[in-house]
Amino acid sequence: MAVNYNAKEEADGHTSGVGVAGGGAAGGAGKSRKPDNTAFKQQRLPAWQPILTAGTVLPAFFIIGLIFIPIGIGIFVTSNNIREYEIDYTGTDSSSPCNKCLNVSWNSTPPCTCTINFTLDQPFETNVFMYYGLSNFYQNHRRYVKSRDDSQLNGDNSSLLNPSKECEPYRTSENKPIAPCGAIANSMFNDTLELFHIDNETRIPITLNKKGIAWWTDKNVKFRNPFGTTNNLTALFQGTTKPVNWPKPVYMLDSEQDNNGFINEDFIVWMRTAALPTFRKLYRLIERKNNLQPTLQAGKYSLDITYNYPVYSFDGRKRMILSTISWMGGKNPFLGIAYITVGSICFFLGVVLLVIHHKYGNRNNSADIPN
Amino acid sequence: MEFSINQEIWLRLWSIWCAGEEKRVGTRTVFVGHRPVSETDAYVEQKFCDNRIVSSKYTVWNFLPKNLFEQFRRIANFYFLIIFLVQVIVDTPTSPVTSGLPLFFVIIVTAIKQGYEDWLRHRADKEVNKSSVFIVENAKQVKKHSEKIKVGDIVEVKADETFPCDLIFLASSNDDGTCYVTTASLDGESNFKTHYAVRDTTGLRTDNDIDSLTATIECEQPQPDLYKFVGRINVYRSNQEPVARSLGPENLLLKGSTLKNTKTIYGVAVYTGMETKMALNYQGKSQKRSAVEKSINAFLIVYLCILVSKATVCTTLKYIWQNNPFNDEPWYNQKTKKEKETFKILRMFTDFLSFMVLFNFIIPVSMYVTVEMQKFLGSFFIAWDKEMYDEEIKEGALVNTSDLNEELGQVEYVFTDKTGTLTENSMKFIECCIDGHKYKGGISEVDGFSHTDGPLKYYGKAEKCREELFLRALCLCHTVQIKEGDNVDGLIVNQERSTYISSSPDEIALVKGAKKYGFTFLGHEADFMKVQNQKNEIEKYQLLHVLNFDPVRRRMSVIVKTSTGKFLLFCKGADSSIFPRVQQDEIHQTKVHVERNAMDGYRTLCVAFKELTQEDYKKMNEQLSEAKMALQDREEKMARIFDDIETDMHLIGATAVEDRLQEHAAETIEALQTAGMKVWVLTGDKMETAKSTCYASRLFQTNTELLELTTKAMGDSDRKEDRLHELLLEYHKKLVQDFPKNSGKLKRSWTVSQEYGLIIDGSTLSLILNPSQDSSSSNYKSIFLQICLKCTAVLCCRMAPLQKAQIVRMVKNTKGNPITLSIGDGANDVSMILEAHVGIGIKGKEGRQAARNSDYAVPRFKHLRKLLLAHGHLYYVRIAHLVQYFFYKNLCFILPQFLYQFFCGFSQQPLYDAAYLTMYNICFTSLPILAYSLLEQHINIETLTSDPRLYMKISDNAMLQWKPFLYWTFLGAFEGLVFFFGVYFLFQNSSLEDNGKVFGNWTFGTIVFTILVFTVTLKLALDTRFWTWMNHLVIWGSLAFYVFFSFFWGGIIWPFLKQQRMYFVFAHMVTSLSTWLAIVLLIFISLFPEILLVVFKNAKRKNHQTVPFSLPMLLSYKPMENGYISEMKIEDAVTNFTQRCHLRIPQMQQL
Repeated sequence: MAVNYNAKEEADGHTSGVGVAGGGAAGGAGKSRKPDNTAFKQQRLPAWQPILTAGTVLPAFFIIGLIFIPIGIGIFVTSNNIREYEIDYTGTDSSSPCNKCLNVSWNSTPPCTCTINFTLDQPFETNVFMYYGLSNFYQNHRRYVKSRDDSQLNGDNSSLLNPSKECEPYRTSENKPIAPCGAIANSMFNDTLELFHIDNETRIPITLNKKGIAWWTDKNVKFRNPFGTTNNLTALFQGTTKPVNWPKPVYMLDSEQDNNGFINEDFIVWMRTAALPTFRKLYRLIERKNNLQPTLQAGKYSLDITYNYPVYSFDGRKRMILSTISWMGGKNPFLGIAYITVGSICFFLGVVLLVIHHKYGNRNNSADIPN
Repeated sequence: MEFSINQEIWLRLWSIWCAGEEKRVGTRTVFVGHRPVSETDAYVEQKFCDNRIVSSKYTVWNFLPKNLFEQFRRIANFYFLIIFLVQVIVDTPTSPVTSGLPLFFVIIVTAIKQGYEDWLRHRADKEVNKSSVFIVENAKQVKKHSEKIKVGDIVEVKADETFPCDLIFLASSNDDGTCYVTTASLDGESNFKTHYAVRDTTGLRTDNDIDSLTATIECEQPQPDLYKFVGRINVYRSNQEPVARSLGPENLLLKGSTLKNTKTIYGVAVYTGMETKMALNYQGKSQKRSAVEKSINAFLIVYLCILVSKATVCTTLKYIWQNNPFNDEPWYNQKTKKEKETFKILRMFTDFLSFMVLFNFIIPVSMYVTVEMQKFLGSFFIAWDKEMYDEEIKEGALVNTSDLNEELGQVEYVFTDKTGTLTENSMKFIECCIDGHKYKGGISEVDGFSHTDGPLKYYGKAEKCREELFLRALCLCHTVQIKEGDNVDGLIVNQERSTYISSSPDEIALVKGAKKYGFTFLGHEADFMKVQNQKNEIEKYQLLHVLNFDPVRRRMSVIVKTSTGKFLLFCKGADSSIFPRVQQDEIHQTKVHVERNAMDGYRTLCVAFKELTQEDYKKMNEQLSEAKMALQDREEKMARIFDDIETDMHLIGATAVEDRLQEHAAETIEALQTAGMKVWVLTGDKMETAKSTCYASRLFQTNTELLELTTKAMGDSDRKEDRLHELLLEYHKKLVQDFPKNSGKLKRSWTVSQEYGLIIDGSTLSLILNPSQDSSSSNYKSIFLQICLKCTAVLCCRMAPLQKAQIVRMVKNTKGNPITLSIGDGANDVSMILEAHVGIGIKGKEGRQAARNSDYAVPRFKHLRKLLLAHGHLYYVRIAHLVQYFFYKNLCFILPQFLYQFFCGFSQQPLYDAAYLTMYNICFTSLPILAYSLLEQHINIETLTSDPRLYMKISDNAMLQWKPFLYWTFLGAFEGLVFFFGVYFLFQNSSLEDNGKVFGNWTFGTIVFTILVFTVTLKLALDTRFWTWMNHLVIWGSLAFYVFFSFFWGGIIWPFLKQQRMYFVFAHMVTSLSTWLAIVLLIFISLFPEILLVVFKNAKRKNHQTVPFSLPMLLSYKPMENGYISEMKIEDAVTNFTQRCHLRIPQMQQL
């Protein structure tokens, strides 16, 4: 304990603040020891004292129930109106056309291709979003998540040639730095999906838009090609090598300049690691061409797959998903059901409590009289 | 949680080092003025410690290592340091910053606080050490810093200066070699004490004179007792035998006391620096720990178990999962070379550590800081409370330790002193009895001194000479001094301006009483005491000896020589100590009076006298002087001589002095009892007086059945033990065995049909506690204890200070370890104040010692009511809620992270971003709970004070028992599950924006975290019953800050970060409508059970009682043991409200 030998304390020596609080507490009083009569010091600050009683909560329950149930129904209907079509093209089933490609490896040439035919029973009226989905793929594994170098991807020239240690073991290859380094980039999804509408035995290719699938901020700020005097990506990526599993270097991902290199949107989408081992990623956009025709009519379609991406080795699955989108995103029955359930429970409890409240309230009143 | 090496030991070590190798036993020899005794003996410089006071703990250079060392002795800090080191060494999921930053924040804040406190101490030390003093060297005054004083220096002190070290008083400017000293800052007694110089040195009044003194002082080694000193001075004069004089406490001027009414004095330093009695007395008090802290530690262990089991489960599952090679190392996620090469066992171990690090946030770092801050800041409210301010002494409550705030809400036993605590300790002379005749004085001023025509009533009359003898005895037998007004006119003291001062208020009352009967004490003049008698003549008595009062003898005597040359001994004291020493035939008549007075609650003293012959006196004088000269065992020798002297006296009469009950003392006691506390009165007073005080203060009700275990009840002394045995068994049978079995329930209930009160006195207690070797009586203690615990009120009278502490310790150590509180005002209460869990001092008239040694000090007894019922209750609820909330919020913080491991291959992937992990406890959720724990009033202060029964609801640490803890834990677990699985189902389709773009894992975590922050904050908002603007500010402010921070954190590419994982994640999250809907829904689901429970509880309570109070809705509240509530009380309370705060009434009646 602290000891204050304070020579001034003769008159009221007891104040010697022993250690912690005491000294300060008493010392603050100054000349007049009378405590200030302020609301704060007397713990009399004006205060709102809410009380959760049946009287206040019951109406709240009703109101919440009344708000939640319509919201839930709205969400549920919206979700149900979303068209979604999903094909598993992994080819584990021996009858599947892609079964032959099941054990494909990274570098197989020529690439294994397969075609899956399918029928849409209902037309997809609005813009259609094409996703690829992977299952049992742990993009959220810690070793995987951290295996990237964001400053390299941001166009930092020193990181380009000297990638972060986090990228190991995908940091260098043949004594050259890998660009983009790391496990995420190395394992980029590289199947090619093409969609054809089969109209009277003729295959009409459907235009798949590959831009506008990544976050704007990612494409424009977070991901940038290395900076240099030239616009020639090949020159800018001089001194680096391609990721081991890639067939082509990063500057050859796309023919268009604004979708090539690190700012390739397929690459950016892949680099946003998924939360769960079963996930989907946006692959292409199918825009509605005119107002008269639906984007995808009901009818036969065929999906041409260039099967490069092996998933069978880790018991994974690959899917192609066609989906329309509403204001709430893709199809997800959970929210609607949850809202309806919670709203109903609220409402129901409101009723029950009201009954109890009334019953007890009455009894209370009658009990009060004899007293 | 602190393996603290006791402060005391450090101080001991320090003082041992300071004193050198030599001895704390034996004596020391001091050469006055460093002059050798004779030419032949070479003067050897002795090593004593210098006069530097070091109260500071640190110096500039050792602050960092020492402070860090001390901080890391705390287990919590040490734990976080270990976690931090693990993070630095092992490759762990979160960066070392996440746990390092909070830790260093905590460490730095604590270091700054301690550094500041130490700086204050340094400053205080410096002020003391650098203050200038005058030392006489070679007949000249030399100005020096106080710290330069060495043992043996002759120091000159002027009026109103404090003594820089312990001095032996050599000479003063007063002719008679006396000086007046006040020890206000040492023990709080503000009266002037007279100290005496040794006769042989009183003449040395100038620097030259004093420089010629050759003397040595032999005295004992320093010891802390302020009132004991034994020494001898040898004065050498040229060509003469050295003269030896004894030195006692009256010759010693203590450091810290102040010289008054004396121009200058000379003294020689005997104890300096850390060896002064003052410094020795400041050795640290033992740290008291509150029950809440023990609960925290227990919970901590539970959470540590949860943590370890979580880590174990994850590690085990990880290796089971990884058994599958494509899970362990799929082609897309190869291990590094290093990882492949490490041994499996080592890998498992590091994995375990990594999981520990990942989940370590479950044990809240910041809880300790918040608890400390809450306690520190919260204690200010006690000192600020103007209701606990006393106009008379112009002081409010004082908080000496803030560690025990919440303990005030847990008190089960209150031990209170009587005099000065329950009573005013302002004595009023009521009546006296002389030779069995009662004299009762009027209250009005006495204008004439003649006893025949005054307003005094006489009930029969004693002989005139006896009367006068009695009154003279009252005038002479005391230690009262007269504090004179500013100007004193000659010999006649102006009565208006002079006041009596004494350490005992009884004496003043007696002297004043004598004055009323015509005998006025006029003060001392040299050795003479002057008394103005009824005929307005001044009588002079030479004061020869004062045999001082001590609590063992319980009496004091003076020996005076009358002007006619007679030697008289006057003695006054407690009846029990006087009666055996007087002629037995005189006792009877007086005894009746004494007992009747005692029954009325007056303090009685008996007065006796004895005439001594010349020879007797001579012999006595020799013995006394001899004893006073003794170096060893002086006390005992003196006591033995006193004992011899004070025999065969003649009883003259007795006095009765009233000690009024303090205002509201009875109401306070009643309130405390209603609140379920058991009030024990421990007093040194006699049984009858104490008993009547107890009745007056409603400790005993008229229907209370009293059980007595007193010397009186014990009967004659031969069969004491047997009788005690019988009584104990009888009472035991009555109370314990025949008592209804459901006594457990009745333990704190206030509707026990028959109330018992127990009275025990000191001698019986010592019989019980220290029985003779007889083995059969060894279980007295436990029987006695059982009886005591069954009684609603216990009165222990005739207690020695140590016995008081013994009683407290006995109760403290019973089963269940009830929380005890001691309240007292005098030095004799210090031991019990220190012993009890909570010690409360009354800033009373008996000095400041009790207040100094207490944990809290209040001006009056009645303030105990608010201190316990309002402050204690609130602090307890606040801190208990704080603790539970902290564990809860960290459980639902970490549980989703744990669940996430099941979906990321047990790879220790953190769910939240590092910034969120770090800031959660520091910024986002810390301030609302701190504000809550400072401001919350779940029940109005007025209600708490007026309805003591509310206090019972928090008894037995009710809010920190396992049941509420489990409730909070389940709540936390439930919410954690809702957060995680809610978002998990939402993420079944990760395209949540209206443009089809997908969210990744960081968005997942951010959504969970957002729901988490909002839920825990809103949960607190639900619990808050008292919304001041500060609560609004911090609650909504924290949420706003979270949103702001998230935008900010995600809005910039941070150059120092390796990964830009949060870039625009939050902004994207808020653009998604689905996310909004999910957040709102999940927050609602999380809070739903709590709301429901509160409503149900309210409905139930309302159904139970018709009480219009907004009782707290915390589950942790004990249900009332029975629904009955006194209607009277409610109405009282309501009227109180209407008077005091009409604002709150509408809310009250709303229920």
